[in-house]
Parts: sequence; C-alpha cells; structure tokens
Amino acid sequence: MITTIISVVAYVVLAPLVGGLLAGLDRIVSARMQGRVGPPLLQPFYDVFKLREKEDITVNNVQDFYVTCFFFFVVVTGAFFFAGGDLLLVIFTLTLASVFLIVAAFSSNSPYSQIGAERELLQMMAYEPMVLLTAIGFYMTEGSFKVKDIISGGAMDFLPLVGVFFGFIFILTLKFRKSPFDLSMSHHAHQELVKGLVTEFSGKTMALIEVAHWYENIFLLGFVFLFFANGTIWGAVIGVVVCLLAYFLEVFIDNNFARMKWQVAINSAWLVALILGVINLFIVYLI
Amino acid sequence: MSYVTKSPWVIHYDGSSCNGCDIEVLACLTPMYDVERFGIINTGNPKHADVFLVTGSVNEQNKGVVKQIYEQMPEPKVVVAVGICANNGGIFRECYNIMGGVDTVIPVDVYVPGCAARPEAIIDGVVKGLGVLEEKRKALASGQLTAPAAPEESEQAEEQEAASEENGTEKVEEKEEA
Ligand code: SF4
Repeated sequence: MITTIISVVAYVVLAPLVGGLLAGLDRIVSARMQGRVGPPLLQPFYDVFKLREKEDITVNNVQDFYVTCFFFFVVVTGAFFFAGGDLLLVIFTLTLASVFLIVAAFSSNSPYSQIGAERELLQMMAYEPMVLLTAIGFYMTEGSFKVKDIISGGAMDFLPLVGVFFGFIFILTLKFRKSPFDLSMSHHAHQELVKGLVTEFSGKTMALIEVAHWYENIFLLGFVFLFFANGTIWGAVIGVVVCLLAYFLEVFIDNNFARMKWQVAINSAWLVALILGVINLFIVYLI
Repeated sequence: MSYVTKSPWVIHYDGSSCNGCDIEVLACLTPMYDVERFGIINTGNPKHADVFLVTGSVNEQNKGVVKQIYEQMPEPKVVVAVGICANNGGIFRECYNIMGGVDTVIPVDVYVPGCAARPEAIIDGVVKGLGVLEEKRKALASGQLTAPAAPEESEQAEEQEAASEENGTEKVEEKEEA
C-alpha cells in the first residue's frame, strides 16, 4: 500500500521534470542533427513558465474546462499505471483524456483546430488497436492485466512479445506526435494547419497542455519499460535503457521523415498491428 | 525572474516586402545564426507569439491583416519592424497603395534599419525587443498595461459597418438597375 502511494506521488512529482528534460534533450539532439547548436536543456521549462506569464485569451470559456479535464485524466492515467493498476483501465482513461483534448479543440470553432481535431481522431483510430493488442499480449504471457503482476512476473515479456514490442514502438511515433505522423499538431512551426489541434490555445491553457504531454510521454515510456521488467534490478536497468533508446529512435525518425498523409498513418498502423501484433499473439497462443 | 525574455516566440509577417528582408529573417533560423540558441522559435500562430516581426511596408490591402495579427497576440508583446520598408516605406514609399511604415497601423517598439536588414541586425533587434517585452510584462503584472485593443476594435467595427452599408446600398442599386 505504502509503496503504491510512494510510486504514485513520485510519478506526479517527477514525471513533469523528467518529461521536460527529455523534451529539452529532444530539441538539442534535433538541432545537432540539423547542424545547429540548439536551445539550452531547460528550454521547455522556460517555455512553459513563459506561457504562464502571458495574458489569457480564451475563445470560449468551456475550452479551458476541457483542457483541465485532459490534464487531469492524463495524470490519473499515469497514476493508475504506476500504482500497479489494471492495464485496460489505464488504456481507457488515456482514451478519455484524448477525447477531452479533441472536444476542447472542436469547441474553439477555428477551422485549423477543428481539422486538427479530426486528424487526432484518425490518429486515435490508427494507434488504438495496437495499444489494445499490447495489453492482451501482457495478459496472455503473464495471466493478468495488472501492472503490478506484470512488473514482478519472473520472465521478461520482451522475448515472447517481440512482435508486439516493435508494433508498440511503431505507434509511439503517433503518440509522441513525431513526423511522419504529426498530422494533428506538429512540434515544429509552420505547417498547413498552423499549430493544428492547439492553434486556439494560448497562455496558461497551452502551458497545461505542454505539461500534460510530458506526463503522457513518461507514462508511454512506462509501457515500453513493462516489456523488460521482470522483478530483478537487471530487468529494470535494461528497461530504462531501452526506454531512452526508444525515445531517441523517435527523435531520429522525426528528423528524417517528412509528414505523410493520414491514409498512410492508418493503413501502416493497422498493418503493423495485424502483422506484428496479431501473428505474435497467435504464436504465443499456440505455445 | 522573468521567463518571457528566455523564450520569445516570433511570428513573421510579410507586408509588401520585396522578399529581401524575408530571406534574411529566415536566414536567422539556419545553422549559421541559429536563433533557437536563445529559445527563439518561428511560430506561424499569433496566439503563441511574443514578437511580431514585420518586413516590408504596409499597404491598403493588408493593413487589416497586420492589425488583426497584432490584436490576436496575447500581452506582453512587441513589434519589430525589419528593413527600411517596414520602418517608413522605403523605396516603395511613393507607391499609390503604400501607407508607409508599420507604425502607421500598429505601435512599433523596435526599428531595424537596412535594405535588406542583415541577420545580425535582426537578431539584435529582437534582443532589444526583449527589454521592451520585460517592461511590458512588469506593467502587465502590476496591472498598468491597458489593453490597446478596445478603441481600435470599435473603429474596426465602424469600418465594417460602413463597409456592409456600402455593400448593402450597392446591392439595392443593382437591383433597381436590373
Ligand atoms: S528594406 Fe529593402 S530588402 Fe527589405 S523589403 Fe524593403 S526593399 Fe526589400
């Protein structure tokens, strides 16, 4: 019980710090890949504090409420996860959080954010099957949906679930909003939808969205960690290293691809879910 | 401690520039000058921007656009006029459709001269703007900064009304002719 509380508190306090640092590293690494020096490591924090100093311009009061809900449910998702809760519950709460962000974008009545919201829905359609298959995979190998059991389970789930693992890495590109699948909003300036989903959010609301994304990224890396956790210290070390590698793989992909159409996003994500995910699960079932 | 000077996000608008200054603005983002070192990002969204870079003079067609971008930016914000065209109209000053510098439409905080303005000068201008930004933030925090949008808005509304009235009467006339 006490360890559960400690890990939840640690998540709520540390996730934005680590997430922000990772975002800063991301920007430095991206800059170096482009032959630039890049911003200071703490730049994402400066950005968020800057946004908090700005005047509030709200198109529509209800959107702040939705964004707050988005933030709240993203934190709750991670809290369930790090409390060792049920993976299915975690996935559904995350979906609920995303829905709040989409509703917020729709409520602002701007064509840019509305098209961004539509694309976000398409992206959800693209990645959701693979996320569910990942949960099912863990259930088939560990016999439980509970994160607590999966973490302490004796075997490393990466070995039987290698296909599912790479499928999950594939949809991480969608979840991290990296090129080639940063359809609904891009981290980089200037796209055809201005800033897509978040065009109409500014000031404190925008700061909240940024911090929510840091929470979300850490939670998603937690998923990657699950594949390697086997209750020993070595499992944990390998897990953290692979999480970092996965993050930098995404940064690498981000810098090497142009954005693709939404058809490609959906087709490829479903194809990957079908080939890597379903076949892997079928093999696990046979064994 | 203020963060507004550490992460100035820029929006760039091309008034009636010959594109010379625009190229120099974009040059600031390249590996050679790399303004992201100072946390400067080129955003396309006025609602996320702190610094409004205008190149080229303002003309009768786009004065509304310039005003609108300015009004959509949340306080604290600064306007940097880049290039002699943006300062006072430059070589286009005598053209029939040119209103003159950017300050004929919106208040300008920093003037960057040059034709075309060099990237170093533009970066210098933005950094000068940061000082203004910090002052404005203090004023905003202490409640002294009053929103300048109010009178302009009513002006705009009047203009729009006038425009719609004109349209209305035109339509009526057309009908009568028909
Ligand atoms: S100042 Fe010179 S380079 Fe810049 S827009 Fe005017 S004419 Fe072109």
